[in-house]
Amino acid sequence: MTAALWHALVGAGLFSLSLYHLIVAQDLLRRIIAVNLLGTGLFVILVALGYRGPDAPPDPVPHALVLTGIVVAVSATGLALALARRVHASGGRSEDV
Amino acid sequence: MSDALPAPDWAVLTVLLPLLGAALAFVAERQADRIGFAATTGVALSSVMLLLQVAGGAPYQQSIGGWAVPLGIALKADGLAALMLAMTGLVGLGVAAQALRTMASELPPARQGTAAPWAFWPLWLLLLGGLNALYLSADQFNLYVTLEIVSLAAVGLTALSGKPEAFTAAMRYLLVGFLASLLYLLGVALLYARYGVLDIGTAQSLLRPEPVAQLAMTVMLAGLALKSALFPLHFWLPPAHGNAAASASALLSALVVKASVYLVLRLWFDLFGPTGLATEAAGLLLGLLGAGAILWGSLQAVLAERLKLLVAYSTVAQVGYLFLALPLDGTERGLAWQGVAMLALAHAFAKSAMFLCCQIVQDRLGHDRIRALTSSAKLPRSTQLTLALAAISLIGLPPSGGFVGKWLLLQASLEGGFTLWTAVIMAGTLLSATAMFRVLVRFFAAQPDDPVEAEAPPPGITARLIDLVPFALAAVAILLGLVATWPLMVLQVGAGG
Repeated sequence: MTAALWHALVGAGLFSLSLYHLIVAQDLLRRIIAVNLLGTGLFVILVALGYRGPDAPPDPVPHALVLTGIVVAVSATGLALALARRVHASGGRSEDV
Repeated sequence: MSDALPAPDWAVLTVLLPLLGAALAFVAERQADRIGFAATTGVALSSVMLLLQVAGGAPYQQSIGGWAVPLGIALKADGLAALMLAMTGLVGLGVAAQALRTMASELPPARQGTAAPWAFWPLWLLLLGGLNALYLSADQFNLYVTLEIVSLAAVGLTALSGKPEAFTAAMRYLLVGFLASLLYLLGVALLYARYGVLDIGTAQSLLRPEPVAQLAMTVMLAGLALKSALFPLHFWLPPAHGNAAASASALLSALVVKASVYLVLRLWFDLFGPTGLATEAAGLLLGLLGAGAILWGSLQAVLAERLKLLVAYSTVAQVGYLFLALPLDGTERGLAWQGVAMLALAHAFAKSAMFLCCQIVQDRLGHDRIRALTSSAKLPRSTQLTLALAAISLIGLPPSGGFVGKWLLLQASLEGGFTLWTAVIMAGTLLSATAMFRVLVRFFAAQPDDPVEAEAPPPGITARLIDLVPFALAAVAILLGLVATWPLMVLQVGAGG
């Protein structure tokens, strides 16, 4: 098994676990973390896809995509955390979301 | 004319103007409404110019920074994209005009922890820039970024009303949107890993019906269905659209939902269709979900207690019609594709008009319970008329744009001998007529003991003009049906393949 395949499998595992958690978790913070891990799993897959053999340099495109993806994920997480605070402050419960 | 100024690149302006405006409005909050409205007007003008240019027969194409595909990223606008851009610009202009007046009164005054009215403008401009970039993008990854911009701005607009329910709805909307975008991105990653391209046009000649591509198509369409609120993934939409501020609801329902449906159509007819990935079974499945959306959304609209919730559920149903193009047309653009494009355009104008009317109803009557609506003197006649006009198009009665769209869908379905889809379209129309007439019939009931209230000072001329904005939007939805041959002709530009 190559390192790239191993990474891709770990990424897929992370993706599936987080998807499961996102659906079943009740707590808002847990769900925000789950959706973050979901993104991380996807990014691990993308990094692994850039592998082009032991002697070739990796494909830069998937890595550039990951960078953009991280920027998007960070902003979305920031917004999610801010909203979660508002939900709690206005008396909303995690289960209602 | 060789010494004349070169014509501006209208398409690029539709993306740059709102982004610049958003940054400016964010910094200069006191002037946010003026900056916001000026930028929106500029975008509306640019998108109409682009539409006229494309209607001349030549699809628009541009490589950003002069870098050609496959190295660079292409911007493209065929007839459909140009029509969607113009729709976004014009509906946006109408909603922005109304927001100039209502945003200040509708939102609670800025306190610690609530949004100030000016925050509407940067969010709206960001949304506008994201939507326009989405319609212009021909690159799968660029599309992912625009989807996220649209989502984040839409979540902000949902939360803007400051109601506790709006925060909860916005939170759910954010999680759903995040998940949907990541599913789409997974598909993009899989396709890139297998074929090494991101440009849709280039990928078209490379994709083959094999497991990787099938998996990619499945997750991409699943993500987009979630974002389009396709039944049964619609659960997040009614609370989000029903609890946002009216201007925000109008934008979310008329424009934001269209973006992801547009992307489904684009991928289906440009990428998955020509490569044999879009099978009959996949089309049938999406069509059945669409049918579910039509029936369930219309039924919920019939049962809704509040006007705003009725209008929100009607959006769920309307999204369903848009998905019928997939089973009806198969993989070639045909009658149903044209019908769906018309429906999408007419819905944007009619639905935004309706949501803006909800605002007027709420303002003047202090509630929006359907049972308690009457033809009271407090409600301007123009609002009642606008609701009726918008309803005509949403139900699909002649001579509206909604009628032409449904007519084309029905024609495609009758010609193809699809009894199931014909029945669904008919049943959905009957249900939505029931829902809309429940509201309209209230206006024929004068309330006998309506106390004559003290005469309010007559509104100024600007205020009266702004009251006419929803009417103008609804009138466009009707007009679209009268001049339907023109948009249908524009649709054919660049639709060959």
